[in-house]
Amino acid sequence: MMEAIRPFLVPHRIILFLIFVGIVIWAAVSLRWDWLPEYALLALEALWRTIWLLAASVVLGFLLAIPLGIAQAIGPWYLAWPAKVFCTIIRGTPLLLQIWLLYYGLGSLFPTIDGIRETWMWPYLRQAWPYAVLALTLSFAGYEGEIMRGAFSGVARGQLEAARSFGMPPFTMFRRIWLPQAIRNVLPTLGGETILQLKATPLVATITVVEIFAVSSRVRQDTFIVYEPLLLLALVYMMIAGVIAFAFRKFEQRIPSRVSRN
Amino acid sequence: MTAPHAKSSAPVDDSTPAGSLRVEDLHKSFGELEVLKGVSLSANRGDVIAIIGGSGSGKSTLLRCINFLETPSSGRIIIGGEEVEMKADGSPANRRQLERIRTKLAMVFQSFNLWTHRTLLENVIEVPVHVLKVPKDKAIERARQLLERVGLANREDTYPAFMSGGQQQRAAIARALAVDPSVMLFDEPTSALDPELVGEVLNVMRDLAAEGRTMLVVTHEMNFAREVATHVVYLYEGRIEEQGPPAEVFGNPKSERLRQFLKTIN
Ligand SMILES: Nc1ncnc2c1ncn2[C@@H]1O[C@H](COP(=O)(O)OP(=O)(O)OP(=O)(O)O)[C@@H](O)[C@H]1O
Ligand SMILES: [Mg+2]
Repeated sequence: MMEAIRPFLVPHRIILFLIFVGIVIWAAVSLRWDWLPEYALLALEALWRTIWLLAASVVLGFLLAIPLGIAQAIGPWYLAWPAKVFCTIIRGTPLLLQIWLLYYGLGSLFPTIDGIRETWMWPYLRQAWPYAVLALTLSFAGYEGEIMRGAFSGVARGQLEAARSFGMPPFTMFRRIWLPQAIRNVLPTLGGETILQLKATPLVATITVVEIFAVSSRVRQDTFIVYEPLLLLALVYMMIAGVIAFAFRKFEQRIPSRVSRN
Repeated sequence: MTAPHAKSSAPVDDSTPAGSLRVEDLHKSFGELEVLKGVSLSANRGDVIAIIGGSGSGKSTLLRCINFLETPSSGRIIIGGEEVEMKADGSPANRRQLERIRTKLAMVFQSFNLWTHRTLLENVIEVPVHVLKVPKDKAIERARQLLERVGLANREDTYPAFMSGGQQQRAAIARALAVDPSVMLFDEPTSALDPELVGEVLNVMRDLAAEGRTMLVVTHEMNFAREVATHVVYLYEGRIEEQGPPAEVFGNPKSERLRQFLKTIN
């Protein structure tokens, strides 16, 4: 027990800790928190929605980034070009614009299609969150697709030659050698990219998706309390970011050293 | 380990046993630059052919053309009596056949090329399990024997980056042996090693030669070539300038160029 806390018993850490405790006490006694109980349930639901949006868009976006990266790295021009154009457009335009184009543009096209209201898709197409997931996914894919291109190209030629020289079929080589090494190449930056993605999620509040940022706006509108919800919001984002950073660091530690020392 | 893939394709020459290799009139150009200008050589089972020559003479290219890591411009390559099917431009015509033949040709690289994201044991079982479809427990058992044989018995969970060059190269040899190759190709296997590590790798290779493996070895280690090779080939600017048993090639070189080359290297 003592062993575990010893690193924290140094003067500058103790001072920082005291300052932190002071801020918390000050925030607790001199700021208004009476609105909290009323909005707690909504906030929890919204927090869950934020996490869910983040997880879905990062996972789906990364899965999409793999073909985008490989197409740019070795694809024939008719695959490499569209992939390159896609990544360039995504990276060159504001995410807010992409979200609005999808929601107000694409979203308003669907109802004009005959018979679509009778299909199983309609209940989804008329909600906002599928457009939010789609926009965030495409955005993440655009950035990661470019990064994966570099990661695929960065795998040493000799690694792939060794596989080919043993008669490994192309897909086996991709699955067993190339992809794992490319992912290992991007892992150190993937945590940071995920945190950036987290900080992009509030934009979907503009298309009526009630995630955690939208709740703070709701509180402000209903009660005219401005700072307290925002302070709490900052704390929530920092905690999620901390968890992401921690998880990726743990994951990375389990992966052996990146490149040969020689 | 297993019987040769019998009857899957008509043998070119019934008298050629498994473990043999024939290269006929091999040409290779990189654009304008003709690097191989008609090289022919043949090895019977158990032969150890040492390929020597100056830098840029085409030694690596020759080796890499044999397993089609480079696409030959023209020529024939016959392994264990089976000719690799080539299109008119020299590229392989039948991917499956090439993959099958490659599993019988194991290559050992100058820079080892162990897969850096896998441990030693995983490196050695990778091809048996994922290409040859050997059951995993069998592959592991065999891999342990091979690692022991190259003197790495207790390092099976180590990643390549944490080993010396000599250890990595011995592991690469174990990986090559795991496919039970009929012909082994070595491209300067000791050139990237510190001098004190060269011996341990050469010893493993001596051992393989004594076991009767067919080997093609590009090397600058003239003592190794003299002691171990059954046949020495001297390559000069993409042609075989001189060849023969080591005693003749080293003891009584006929070509002035070979004489010069041997002088500079000693
Ligand atoms: N992929 C390539 N593209 C263009 N030229 C190449 C390529 N690979 C090799 N060459 C050229 O072919 C020639 C022969 O190269 P090779 O690597 O076969 O020589 P080597 O005998 O193995 O030499 P070393 O002893 O330096 O390894 C060299 O002039 C080299 O520059
Ligand atoms: Mg070479």
